[in-house]
Amino acid sequence: MARRIPMVDYLVLDEEGPTLVAHECVFCKALYFERRNACAHCGADVFTPRKLARTGVVTSFTIVHRSAPGVHVPFFSVVVALDGGGSVKATLRDIDVDPDLITPHFPVELTTFVAGVDSEGDQAVAFAFRPRFGCGTDDEAPGTEGVMTSA
Amino acid sequence: MRDDVWIVGVSMTKFGRYPDKDIIDLSSEAARAALADAGVPLSDIEFLAFGTTSETNNASQRLMAQIGYRPIPAFNVANGCATGAVALRLCIQSILAGEASMALAVGAQVMGKAGLLGNASRGGKDGAKPFIRRGRWGTVMSIEGRIGTGTFPGTFSHAGMEYALENDVTFDQFAKVAVKNHEHSRLNPLAQYRRAFTIEEIKGADMVSYPNTVPMCCPTTDGSAAVVVVSSERLATLDIDQRRRAVKISASSIQSQPWSESESIQPDLNTLTRQCAARAYEAAGVGPGDLDLVELHDCFASAELMHYDNLGLCEPGGAGDFIDSRAPWRDGTIPVNVSGGLLSKGHPIGATGLANVFEVATHLRGEAGDRQIDNATVGLTHVLALGSTCAVHILERAAT
Repeated sequence: MARRIPMVDYLVLDEEGPTLVAHECVFCKALYFERRNACAHCGADVFTPRKLARTGVVTSFTIVHRSAPGVHVPFFSVVVALDGGGSVKATLRDIDVDPDLITPHFPVELTTFVAGVDSEGDQAVAFAFRPRFGCGTDDEAPGTEGVMTSA
Repeated sequence: MRDDVWIVGVSMTKFGRYPDKDIIDLSSEAARAALADAGVPLSDIEFLAFGTTSETNNASQRLMAQIGYRPIPAFNVANGCATGAVALRLCIQSILAGEASMALAVGAQVMGKAGLLGNASRGGKDGAKPFIRRGRWGTVMSIEGRIGTGTFPGTFSHAGMEYALENDVTFDQFAKVAVKNHEHSRLNPLAQYRRAFTIEEIKGADMVSYPNTVPMCCPTTDGSAAVVVVSSERLATLDIDQRRRAVKISASSIQSQPWSESESIQPDLNTLTRQCAARAYEAAGVGPGDLDLVELHDCFASAELMHYDNLGLCEPGGAGDFIDSRAPWRDGTIPVNVSGGLLSKGHPIGATGLANVFEVATHLRGEAGDRQIDNATVGLTHVLALGSTCAVHILERAAT
């Protein structure tokens, strides 16, 4: 049976919905997503998993028109400052690809989509963000999480 | 600096595309021209540093195999877009350490039409094999375009738009940077491109990564540059004309990025530039208001605009107003990238940090021809390597 597997280690898919889980330095509380040898801030080498908020605000963006082969363009790439701490980069979906729509502190929420399917039929599920309060899309209530299946 | 180090020879090849040349061909031309400019033979060189990022292994030795063997310390340097500046820094250190009294820094790169640099080159695979989790991020397929972008244009566009959101910068203001640099390049016979564009042409060109269209992105480039430096004691032994044309290196500041929480997902290109520049200004005893010209790292138009602020050329948050005021044009209050910058002069990665020094030194000597900034006495060069390394050098015309 085909499985749904997170595209990256730090995305967790379970009954609570999609969650980003960072490595938190137990000493200075710095957050990281990738495998660590030590904390780049304080040098400690002890980390604990920390679930991050599913909501945040856009701190920077670009609209990519030239990308890797096979990547659908144009697309929004955004950096999101998550509520409660942590920054993450992702695509922004469910919004017209128009730079004028992004305003300072633009609110977004986590979503997921199927990014690819392997030779066994397993689906790679990636995370993305979508507008939290509308911005020209079909609105959902703030704080809801949806799973999109468009690749 | 503790003691003075002086530039006595500079050169750069014409930047462009040379499908029939390799980095040794180009660096041989630049090295020999810098030695000729200095009026010294290769046999006087006591230390050599060669910067290039693609064929770094034994680059110095392969250069000497073509232009003349020397039994001297020779270092091969790769430090991203700061490579050439780091090669110069090694030469400065060799002199300050007393290891050499005259040193040669060379940088070269052959890039051809490399296309997008960064994650895009890794592409994506879908449906080919079973997914296997790989690497530090535990990915099962390429993240480019699926979890944001990590291409060079994407990363520098992100950085520019962060500044834009914070400071209300417009697409037109980013585009004006490219209008300026392409216009400036018309006066530079060594530039890869020498074509002016209207702002409508800049904005209407193919978009690469908003806000940067094609002419707002540096091209890939083949080219080389070289610089000969000497100690004060050695300078005193040279003839009057060599001493008159000498350019003082008042500051050589290099640093890697400090920690920031977002560093692994989106590099902070501002803090290290600000810290590096502050150290350079302090060492040289000058401030931004003393600068007669600046060659800064405009790999993308969005980068140049941010660096107006990072280098203290404008009021905090005022980079958009700064370009609107035409202050960084060649007839403005602080001319920036009168060479045409990376956007139009070109960006052969290993050579760029030395080509900037060539440009500023040539103006300080009063030898820049049609593009000369009159009475230039103090100039600044800046390069930034994603990953990240920043280098700032401050140069001053000799008092004699």
